[in-house]
Order: sequence, then C-alpha cells, then structure tokens
Amino acid sequence: MSQEKRLHTVTLDQDKCKGCVACMRRCPTGAIRVRDGKAKIYYDKCIGCGECVRVCHHHAKKAVYDSFDIIKNYKYKIALPAPSFFGQFNNLENLGLIIAGLKRIGFDEVMEVSIGAELSSDATRRVLKEGTIKKPVISTACPAILQLILLKYHSLTENLLNLLAPVDIVAKLARENAIKKTGLKAEDIGVFFISPCPAKVFALKSGLGVEKPLVDGVLAASEVYFKLLPELKNIKDCTEVASTGLLGFAWACSGGEAAGIMKDKYIAADGIENCMNVLKELEDNKLDHMDFVELNACIGGCVGGVLNIENPFVARSKIRELNKSLPLSKNSIESVGKELDYFKWETNPETNDVLRLDEDFMVALKKMSDIDAIMKQLPGLDCGNCGAPTCRAFAEDIVDGAVDISLCTRKETNENNNK
Amino acid sequence: MQSDGLHFEFAVDGENFASAGTASETIKNTLKKLGLPPATVRRTAIAMYEGEINMVIHAGGGTAVVDITPTAIEIELKDEGPGIADIELAMREGYSTAPEEIRMLGFGAGMGLSNMKKYSDEMKIESEVSKGTRVLLKINI
Ligand SMILES: Nc1ncnc2c1ncn2[C@@H]1O[C@H](COP(=O)(O)OP(=O)(O)OP(=O)(O)O)[C@@H](O)[C@H]1O
Ligand code: SF4
Ligand code: SF4
Ligand SMILES: [Mg+2]
Repeated sequence: MSQEKRLHTVTLDQDKCKGCVACMRRCPTGAIRVRDGKAKIYYDKCIGCGECVRVCHHHAKKAVYDSFDIIKNYKYKIALPAPSFFGQFNNLENLGLIIAGLKRIGFDEVMEVSIGAELSSDATRRVLKEGTIKKPVISTACPAILQLILLKYHSLTENLLNLLAPVDIVAKLARENAIKKTGLKAEDIGVFFISPCPAKVFALKSGLGVEKPLVDGVLAASEVYFKLLPELKNIKDCTEVASTGLLGFAWACSGGEAAGIMKDKYIAADGIENCMNVLKELEDNKLDHMDFVELNACIGGCVGGVLNIENPFVARSKIRELNKSLPLSKNSIESVGKELDYFKWETNPETNDVLRLDEDFMVALKKMSDIDAIMKQLPGLDCGNCGAPTCRAFAEDIVDGAVDISLCTRKETNENNNK
Repeated sequence: MQSDGLHFEFAVDGENFASAGTASETIKNTLKKLGLPPATVRRTAIAMYEGEINMVIHAGGGTAVVDITPTAIEIELKDEGPGIADIELAMREGYSTAPEEIRMLGFGAGMGLSNMKKYSDEMKIESEVSKGTRVLLKINI
C-alpha cells in the first residue's frame, strides 16, 4: 500500500514533539525517524500498536479515532463495546449497566463485541476441525499482530486464521438485525466500535479482511468512558442483561481467545516483543506441535490497549470477577442461524513488501552491499542521534538517498576505536 | 568481498546456548530484505539454524560463512569438534548422541541433519574424528 493510501494510525502534535527519539527507539517495526527535530511516522511500516503513544512523555503522539459526535449523523445508532471495555469500571456488578448507560448517552442499541468473540471461537473450532489452515493456526484478532505478520513474517501467512475479527462479525449481524427491526436503509444505520487501540481503528477503517469497512466509525474507549461514567449512577432499575458468557468476555485478556478453542496445545503470548519471539520460533518450525497460537500486541491482551483507562492488570482482575457469575457461553453459529462462511474473511489481506530493499533482486543485492560498506564507517552505537533507530536503519536510509552520512555525529567514536 | 554478492562470516559461540541461532537469524533477516520468496527464506533459515545448533551442541562452536550470490545461498559450517564417525548413521532420522541434559532443552530428536538435507538443494558433509566437521549447504535462488 502506498503512503497516501494508508490511513493514519497515530499522529504527531508538532508543537509538543521535542524530537527526543523515545518513540523512535520503541517502535517495533522501525517506522519512525526523527527529521529536523521532529518525529516522522512512515505509515507504510506502522502496524498501529500504539507503543509510541504509550512511551511519549510529552504527549505529542496521539492515537487516531473518530469524534463521538459523528454518531449524530445517523438515524439509528449502534454501539459495539469491546470486551475489554467492561473491565474499565470500578465496582461494576451488573454488566447490563454498561449497556443501559450506552443507551443513555445516545445509542439506540448495543451489541457486545464479545458475542462476536463467542461466535469466532465456535468458528475457529470448526476451522481447526476442517484442517484447511496450516498448523499451528495463528490468531488474527489483534490487527497489530496481523499487520506485523503481513509486514515481516510472510512465510507465516498460510498459518493465519481466516476469520473475521469479532467486531466485524457483530457489525455485520447488528446492521442486518437493525435493518429488519427498523425498516431503515443500511446507510441510515450507524455502527460504532468502542475501541481499545489505534490498531483496531486502522483495521476497521481500512477494512482488513473484508470487501469494505463494516463499521461507520471507531470511537476511543477512553472518550466513551468519560461520557458514560457520570450517567451510570443515574440508572435506577437496570433491565439490560449482557448477551455473552464468560468465554466471550475472556477475550479481553491474553489467553482468552485460546481458551475458547478447547484444545490443550496452544500458546498465548502478549506484548509485542514476546509476540515477535514466538513468530520467530514459528518461522523456524520450532512450534510445529502446537494447534493454535494467540498473539496480542498489548501486554495483558486488549485490556492493555493504549486507549483504555484502567491498568491492564486491574482490568483483568475485574473481568475475572465479572465472569464468575456468567455461564460458559451464550452464542454459537447455530444460535445466530449462519453458515461457517459467514464468519470467514471476505478477502485475504495482502502481504506488505515495504521492508524489501528493491523489487529487483540484483539491485537489492547491490543496495545491501552498499549498506554493509556504510555500516563499516558507522560506530555501531545505535545512539539515535542521526534520527534513525539503529546504525543499520541509518545506513539503509543513506542508501535510499533520504539522508546524508554527515548526520552521524559520532563517527569519530568509530575512528578512535579502530586506532 | 565478491563484487556480485554478499559475504558474511560469523563466529558461533559454543558456550552460549542463549545466543545460539543468531547467525541464521541475521541471514534470515537479510534474505527478507533482499525480497527472496518466503519459502526460500524459510528453508535457508531452518537448514542453517540446524547446522549452527549442531556446532554449539556437538562441537563446542565453530564458524559460519555465508555467500549470497545472484543464483544461490551458499553456507559453510566449520568446527574443530569431535567429528562424526559414521556420517550415514548420523544422517538417519532419529539418530542422536545428544546427552540427556541437552534433550531436556528440547534438542536431540535426531532430526537436524535430515532436515538440513530436506530444506537445502545440495548438502555435503566432510568429517574426521577428533579433527572436526565441515558442512556445506546450497540453496538455489
Ligand atoms: N557438528 C557436529 N560435530 C559432531 N557431531 C555432530 C555434528 N553435527 C551432528 N553430529 C552428530 O550427528 C548426530 C545427528 O545430528 P542431528 O542434527 O541430526 O541430530 P541432533 O543434533 O542429535 O538432534 P536435533 O538436531 O534433532 O536436535 C548428532 O547427535 C551428533 O552425534
Ligand atoms: S503505532 Fe507502533 S508501529 Fe506505529 S509508529 Fe507507533 S510504535 Fe511504530
Ligand atoms: S492486543 Fe488488543 S488492544 Fe492491543 S493492539 Fe491488539 S487488538 Fe488492539
Ligand atoms: Mg541437530
């Protein structure tokens, strides 16, 4: 995808950015450079993990999402709260309160994304049984991980679980139901995800795995939280009940999705570095005996999403507490009357070739040997002063013609060391 | 350095299990950057990794030399370890002399050499007991 066509995941507040290189060092894909004293994001390499937002002490990095007011553009408004959203509240005893509260702040209907999670678990069990995907089957629910695989681990694309994300499943179902119920046209119905992360914002707006986006907007969990909180205490007799069991809500935390496939041979890793280590092992055939691999870019899973409010470990404990009173599961493919195909990707997401040095192998070889030659002149400190995260990344930028070697302020260090 | 390719040399540390596999990891990342087909990248990485690990486990370390040319990836793994007395036997699936503590770490299934053969296009082993071993792998591009 070209730079223009990529939607932005995170943006920079130019005035607040001090060019301190913290985000650049943190970015797992090397998508950030500091140029002319300001961080610059190369969106074609960005997977939307939000790590740079988390690490920026100057609050210059912001996750992109839609303003709450866009819901007003639709006649009938449906909220799709992420499973992790329910873990954000203190002393919440009744999950129905959140549903009732969302209705008070402007939504006509609420459909929990955890319903889609339970349906996805059911579909996953069937896909595993079909045996159509190469094992170990890798979860695709975290779009940051999916993007990472499409960017860096091309040989693992045959292991990808070809199912829609839970939010896409409920978006589809909710719109269909609303059309039937209200008689309104599809475009009068606004479907909004309440998202824990910029990765989901990006995935839903670009339509990852689907023909065209299934939601009309993606709201930030934090923004909705602050609108909802004052309303909660005004709710007197709550008649709303959650339509999900514990398996669905468990998706809020790392390991929740894997638990739903009802098999023992699985791995659930969370945190982007840990996930990258697992992906590396998968590439080297070291995890061939596994059935399923769940990977979440955020520490703790989606409760760790950068748009959430609560500390992920506290949120996790709250979800656990809430889940105690719930049945195992309330949704299955039969209960919604659909075929397995309904839950599958409409299109296979394409791999991203941006890390390749050149389309032509001979040119790529030449570039690589030029990079190696430049590396010999650099001090190998990965200090970041030049505005690139590593000396190697800097050497690549030089070969690409983006910068000049004179930006390296510490070349003398290398010359001294070589004496 | 060759003008029409890339040349790499690695010292493979026999003491350090934790860093085992760094040479093949570097080559894997290089091949990805060069834009080679994912299957070629993976075959090369696995074959080289197995050879690298063998030097760590069975030979106390060694060297890895890799040349990437327009037509192939050529890997030489050389050590001064105990050598292999019966190469044909060592090549057999399931044959391993790895001690119990190594098996506990998940190695020693006796699959390394046969996988190296499977994933490479050409493989040659030269070995002399108490002198050392030299494994040559070639993966065509
Ligand atoms: N570089 C080497 N030096 C000495 N002996 C070796 C070397 N490489 C392999 N061998 C011998 O060949 C045997 C078979 O090697 P192979 O790689 O197939 O299996 P393994 O290393 O024992 O187990 P695995 O590779 O499945 O973890 C080894 O157990 C060892 O006896
Ligand atoms: S969101 Fe993640 S991938 Fe994107 S620039 Fe920030 S740290 Fe890098
Ligand atoms: S783990 Fe969840 S919250 Fe974090 S990036 Fe992935 S989908 Fe978003
Ligand atoms: Mg071996």
